[in-house]
Amino acid sequence: MAHKFPSDDWIKALSDLLNDSDSYQRSAKDWEGDFVFVVDTDETFSEIAYLYLQLYHGASPGAAMVDPDNLPETEYTIKAPFTTWRKVIDGKLDPIQGMMTGQLKLRGNLMKIMRYPKAAQEIVSCCAKIPTDW
Amino acid sequence: MWQFVSPKIIFGESALSSLEEISISRAFVVTDHNLMQIGAVEPALEEIRKTGCELFVFDDVSPDPTLESVALGTAAANDFQPDWIIGLGGGSPMDTAKAIWVLYERPDLIPAMINPFIELGLRQKARLITIPTTSGTGAEVTWAIVLTDSENNRKMGLGNHENAADIALVDPALASSMPPRLTADTGLDALTHAVEGFICTWHTDITDGLCLNAAREILQYLPVAYEASQADDPTQERYQTAREKMHNAATSAGLGFGNAMASLAHAMGHVLGSVFHIPHGRAVGLCLPYTIEFAARGEDPSRISLLTDLLGIKGGKSAAGENLAAALRDLAKEIDIPLSLEELGLDENQYHQLLEKMVDDAFNDTQIITAPRAPSYQELEKLFEYVYRGQPVDF
Repeated sequence: MAHKFPSDDWIKALSDLLNDSDSYQRSAKDWEGDFVFVVDTDETFSEIAYLYLQLYHGASPGAAMVDPDNLPETEYTIKAPFTTWRKVIDGKLDPIQGMMTGQLKLRGNLMKIMRYPKAAQEIVSCCAKIPTDW
Repeated sequence: MWQFVSPKIIFGESALSSLEEISISRAFVVTDHNLMQIGAVEPALEEIRKTGCELFVFDDVSPDPTLESVALGTAAANDFQPDWIIGLGGGSPMDTAKAIWVLYERPDLIPAMINPFIELGLRQKARLITIPTTSGTGAEVTWAIVLTDSENNRKMGLGNHENAADIALVDPALASSMPPRLTADTGLDALTHAVEGFICTWHTDITDGLCLNAAREILQYLPVAYEASQADDPTQERYQTAREKMHNAATSAGLGFGNAMASLAHAMGHVLGSVFHIPHGRAVGLCLPYTIEFAARGEDPSRISLLTDLLGIKGGKSAAGENLAAALRDLAKEIDIPLSLEELGLDENQYHQLLEKMVDDAFNDTQIITAPRAPSYQELEKLFEYVYRGQPVDF
């Protein structure tokens, strides 16, 4: 079944895939730090959305689409317009290249994230496995 | 959207003499002690002296430059207050010079914070010139900085577009007397840059031509340059041509992969370099045929087929990847490079004891993310095994 992006179902599907991924578990075994993915408005998407992904020691203990008034404090935020997220999830934009060129705005401790390239790649790879309804 | 970063490149015979045209008041030269001792950097220092500037030479750079080297150099730069920093030597002094430059300009940073996502605001106090004395690293034109965290035996891939040099002086005379081992190792480094820059997932239309031409030139001229390094009369025209072609090819490959990325041979080679102190070029070059074979057996081997085709490599074997790997192994034999880690003399027990750490470290190397075929942990472990034994990849 396809999951609408962005939605609570979609981010939970990502969390489930990460929990099933041996590669993610091993590459992120020491990782501590949750993310909020901000899906910003553009000509094809009218209401900003916030996807919260918990990540701890190679697992994802939880995930949810959250209300802007109740945003959890997270170590990382990545913000991009809907169309840019679509390119990332479809594998047409490498997220690291996206961050280097300012198409995705990352806030958080970059020094730490640079030490886990394989884990970042696994997250993107799991995103691409989610049947997505745009 | 992507971008192409490059210093102004002054290249060819007598490129060094252009130093005289640069307004330099206080030059802080970063080089290594061995190069100083054998006089390899003297021609460049002589040209710098001709500018009439104040000169400080920092030569405490190790072959795998460490955070400690960078700290010492930064302290010396802070004392000297240069307006130009000059990285002179192979990749180690040039990478160290880049790091010293960033920290001299930005004392609020530590090396681990030098990443592509921040604005550094360099060029307030000094600018950077790079002068390669080997034909391989490409560090004269790249923004990457590879340092060794000696506490954890791990290479750190750092860098920011801003810390690419302002000027690269690529004068073949400086590399014309490289000894055989250095000629072979650095030449393989350049070849690995060219090949991986072409096949990696971040390759672009702009970088493809640079990588392709560099690979073609290196396959042709590296054996001649290696012969030149052992010749009684290295001044023969064909030897000089080969040295110049190799010097330019190394810079082209640097521009190519530096604006794309490298790939799996670099991720594995960085680990072998940090754990066993194998020279960088030999480590990545030794891994390259295996990673090519592995990538060619993936879902999409089209980049490898295209490169093999464009290089005019044909062979009895049907698969392009096998033919390219065979050509790389033939070249390695021609320049007396071992084809396996066993042949290189690594202890098998020690290798296997460290295998798990090597796999983990390779997976956390930034170059792995652009591999045309992403290995699993089991596949990467198997690859390390095959590289050890010299067994062509069959999975």
